[in-house]
Amino acid sequence: MNGPFLLTTIWIMPFAIALASLPVRHDNHRLIKMISLVGNLINFILIVVLTLQFIDVAGADPAATTSSSSLFHFAYKTSWFKIMNIEYNIGVDAISVLMMLLTSIVIFCGILASWNINKQVKEFFILLNVLVAGVYGVFVSLDLFTLFLFYEIAVLPMYLLIGLWGTGRKKYAAMKLTLMLVAGSAFILTGILALYFESGLSTFDLNLLSQVRFADSFQYWAFPIIFLGFGVLGAIFPFHTWSPDGHASAPTAVSMLHAGVLMKLGGYGCLRVGMYLLPEGAHMWMSFFLVLVTINVLYGAFAAIRQTDLKYITAYSSVSHCGLVLFGFTAMTFTGLKGGVLQMISHGLMTALFFCLIGMIYGRTHTRTVSEMGGLMKVMPFLSVAFVIAGFAGLGLPSLSGFVAEVNVFVGSFANPATINRVCTVLAILSIVVTAVYLLRTVNTVVNGPVSQKFAMLSDAATLEKIPVTILLFCLFGMGILPGWIINLVNNAVNPIFNNLMR
Amino acid sequence: MADLLFTHSYLILLFPLLSFVTISLRPVQLSPKMAGRFAIGCQGLSMLYGLAVAAAYWQTVIGQPQLYPARSLVCFDLAWLNFSPTLTANMGIFLDPISVMMIVVISIISFLVNIYSVGYMKDDPGFARFFALMALFSFSMLGLVISSNILQMFVFWELVGMSSYALIGFWYQKPSAVAASKKAFVVTRFADTFFLIGIIVVSFYTQSFDFQTLNSPETAALLDHTFMLGIVPINLLTLATILIFTGGWGKSAMFPLHIWLPDAMEGPTPVSSIIHSATMVVAGVFLTARMFPLFAASEVTLAVVQFVGAFTALFAAIIAITQKDIKRILAFSTLSQLGYMLFSLGVAKMVTGIHPGAEINPLGYSAAMYHVFTHAFFKCMLFLGAGAIIHAVHSNDIMDMGGLRRLMPKTYWSLLTACLAIGGIFPFSGFWSKDAILLAALQSGHYIVCAVGLATGGLTAFYIFRFFFLTFHGRARSKFHDVRENSWMTFSIMALTIPTVTAGMLEHLFVSEVTVPGLAYTPNFSHPLWLPTLASLAGIAGISLAWTFYGRGRTEAAERCRLRIAPVYQVIYNKFYIDEVYLFITHKIIFHGIAAPIKWLDRHIVDGAMNLIGEFLQQGGKAVRLLQNGQLQLYLGVTTLGFIALLFLGR
Repeated sequence: MNGPFLLTTIWIMPFAIALASLPVRHDNHRLIKMISLVGNLINFILIVVLTLQFIDVAGADPAATTSSSSLFHFAYKTSWFKIMNIEYNIGVDAISVLMMLLTSIVIFCGILASWNINKQVKEFFILLNVLVAGVYGVFVSLDLFTLFLFYEIAVLPMYLLIGLWGTGRKKYAAMKLTLMLVAGSAFILTGILALYFESGLSTFDLNLLSQVRFADSFQYWAFPIIFLGFGVLGAIFPFHTWSPDGHASAPTAVSMLHAGVLMKLGGYGCLRVGMYLLPEGAHMWMSFFLVLVTINVLYGAFAAIRQTDLKYITAYSSVSHCGLVLFGFTAMTFTGLKGGVLQMISHGLMTALFFCLIGMIYGRTHTRTVSEMGGLMKVMPFLSVAFVIAGFAGLGLPSLSGFVAEVNVFVGSFANPATINRVCTVLAILSIVVTAVYLLRTVNTVVNGPVSQKFAMLSDAATLEKIPVTILLFCLFGMGILPGWIINLVNNAVNPIFNNLMR
Repeated sequence: MADLLFTHSYLILLFPLLSFVTISLRPVQLSPKMAGRFAIGCQGLSMLYGLAVAAAYWQTVIGQPQLYPARSLVCFDLAWLNFSPTLTANMGIFLDPISVMMIVVISIISFLVNIYSVGYMKDDPGFARFFALMALFSFSMLGLVISSNILQMFVFWELVGMSSYALIGFWYQKPSAVAASKKAFVVTRFADTFFLIGIIVVSFYTQSFDFQTLNSPETAALLDHTFMLGIVPINLLTLATILIFTGGWGKSAMFPLHIWLPDAMEGPTPVSSIIHSATMVVAGVFLTARMFPLFAASEVTLAVVQFVGAFTALFAAIIAITQKDIKRILAFSTLSQLGYMLFSLGVAKMVTGIHPGAEINPLGYSAAMYHVFTHAFFKCMLFLGAGAIIHAVHSNDIMDMGGLRRLMPKTYWSLLTACLAIGGIFPFSGFWSKDAILLAALQSGHYIVCAVGLATGGLTAFYIFRFFFLTFHGRARSKFHDVRENSWMTFSIMALTIPTVTAGMLEHLFVSEVTVPGLAYTPNFSHPLWLPTLASLAGIAGISLAWTFYGRGRTEAAERCRLRIAPVYQVIYNKFYIDEVYLFITHKIIFHGIAAPIKWLDRHIVDGAMNLIGEFLQQGGKAVRLLQNGQLQLYLGVTTLGFIALLFLGR
């Protein structure tokens, strides 16, 4: 299939699914779920095809890795709003392809994990698909305006999804999440418009903008605006506080998507828009952001120790792990950038698995308070073993994806000879002990120990629930044991960004 | 033939891995009994292949020094993790004297422990799971020793930690076992982070992970420069090597990171046996040996290794004297023996590019490896024997035992050889390896360390025979029901007497062949005869003292002695309160001192600030809303005022 057409199909597909569910009767839950499931399965297959084609193209064209102009493959552009030079401009590099692959896996598993939803099913799945369409849109966009548009499409349904289908303080959480992210968006929009005018080209085209060398004085104030704007979604300290409340209140599939994929949009934007277009600004501000994200990494880990709710623990652990994404970027070295990208993928898979399992466990025990649980290994061995493995992935055990990503981040950030980088690297590495402490405490309490009377009759995962867990586990192991092909792809994609940084 | 064996040497690892995957995923219905048989079969194949590789290595590599001057061989090396165009980590198999020696030890001991476990774990509901995890454990440890580069070693190092976590917490419904498994993992993980930092530092400067590059004199010279951290001058070489050594420090449970090891006794006894003999704890010694040429380039690092080893040897032996739990006695004994191995490495010296003309005396290296070898067999047997006893009497407390000599004759006679070996009595294996270690310390002029070694030898003989007499001799101190020896278990125990008795013959082989890589060395093995005599006397004194105190099952004399020094005894019995210190650090400082304030800060300050902004906007909105009250006269008035203002201001 022709590349650009494939890209367009992929982001339109979730919209089509949403549209197809519209005429279905409200109480025909099964059909709505099946439409979503099959549609996203098809989309997953399309993305696998895309990935294979991409490997073909990128592999056959080694020149693409050296010259920064042909960073993107399957590019296609046509003008959309002529008056403002807004274009429908799409294309992908390895980072976007891998992120799309991740998205399709997570949404597929997410739909299976929310099979038990029975409240306003139609609206739920429509919103979920719209959200996913926005995510795909961000990854294929090469036009900053459409990128921003899709970004908003991805962020806004979250408000309704949490506010309507959530648990606990859902109204407060949804409001907080949306307001903070929209505040971030305001920064992003300012930054994008500044780029548009300052470049003198009146264009939103990422390729064209990347060749402009903006004045240092402009970069000095534009870079932090864009980086922080996207950083809010990447849960950068101190703008991370939406994340624990939001994740804790969201329904399972939404937590999975949000922590697994949406938070990565933040990192993706920081890299693609912030660091790629404003490399000099990045140099000026890096020490500052390095310190911020180091705080993220340590602070998230320490805060997680004292949490009592499973979802809060995972949310703070996400703050810590997403900190590592940005930590890799702020190292400003080739390996560091690559490590950040790998960490996006790894964390996406891992946290999706975590939220998926927590959802299933919660569905049985009706509590998420760690101290009230115990001995689940006896009654639900499958879920418990998966939970233990997810825990080990979180603490970076080799043979699972976390290690591959983290070790790249650390090697990369140490490669920057500045003293502050060295100190922060050591601190960040030490944080993995803290991670081990809180993850093992959690896992041990939930899974091990004597089984309490009220849980003794609970059942293990049903076949339908085993599928998403197995898929995610498979991916975690796959990336951890054979990281070669992913790393080769990411190498190619990071090269031009790194060259731009070093220009 | 040999080449073919080497090319497929990955099979040594593949068999245990296959066993783990098959039993845990169970693609076909596998009864627990079949799972056990399957695991033993895989372990046996792995052992046979390992022995074949060792034989081929002996023939090909050692036999032809002109072809293999470094006496090492890289069987294969595949790129695994690419960091940057100049830095790639491989996965490979590296054969040299110490890795081949470890393959032999690990595969034999795993095989025997697996056989033993069929008897020990009989009727346990987790029978199949146990064998799966044991296979994973062997796989990880074998991977660790054959690693061709330090990152690969770290990968397997962590897997060893993870499998020990799963095995120590095998009885996951027992809270103490769960706590012990967590403690073991977190303490070793703490040490491992420093190891990882060390790896990252070294690999940054050398752009390589390969042992051959890291151990070259060029690397030592490259790292050997001093930088200022604030006002403290720090030598990079020393820093990096100590960081790497810290990994071994934790894994080998050296003071003060030893706290996880005694608790690790909560696992099933076969697990303790394999952890203490061939896997896990010797990893730290192995790491030190593997990186020895680099470590040796920094005198400070070697001094640290030496000091930590010697201190732990004595410290743990003292604690072992007072313990009552049969497995804890053996656990502290392991600590003490590991201390021997490490100080032996610490006293070894070699020439490097940086310090030309320095004295060479690598005997300590060979002696340490030799002690790893002998210790593995007799310690494994001691644990298996202890397991058999626990299995029979259903208690861990030696005060409940006694008089088992008649009921368990096979175990009795086998354990006697192991106790004599660890007590350093001629001609059992422990005598020879300890002798080599003491000689190394003496030759290199570390007289204090040598004296510590001698004294610890006496203590070792005392505590091990205290255990032995209290268990087997005298009259039974509690009622035993139906004590029988299980044939699966006695088979393994008796098989281990062979190396325990005969490994002494290998002394010359170790001293001349298992030497520091890249160093041609003819051992100066002229014994001053007084040294082994003194060591033997210390051992015999220890045994005699144990006999006076505990022989024939009496404990009155010992009790009187204990009461005389009660306060000191109490401190020792409580392991010098090190655990309490840790509890204070983790609970009071980390949980309450750091984590709790951060949680509070996050909720009240950071999040509070965000909420405040939201509140401010809301209130602002409310304030502005007052203006939008729909009263036309107000709007008109404001508009007029504005218009007038503009008229004046506008010009």
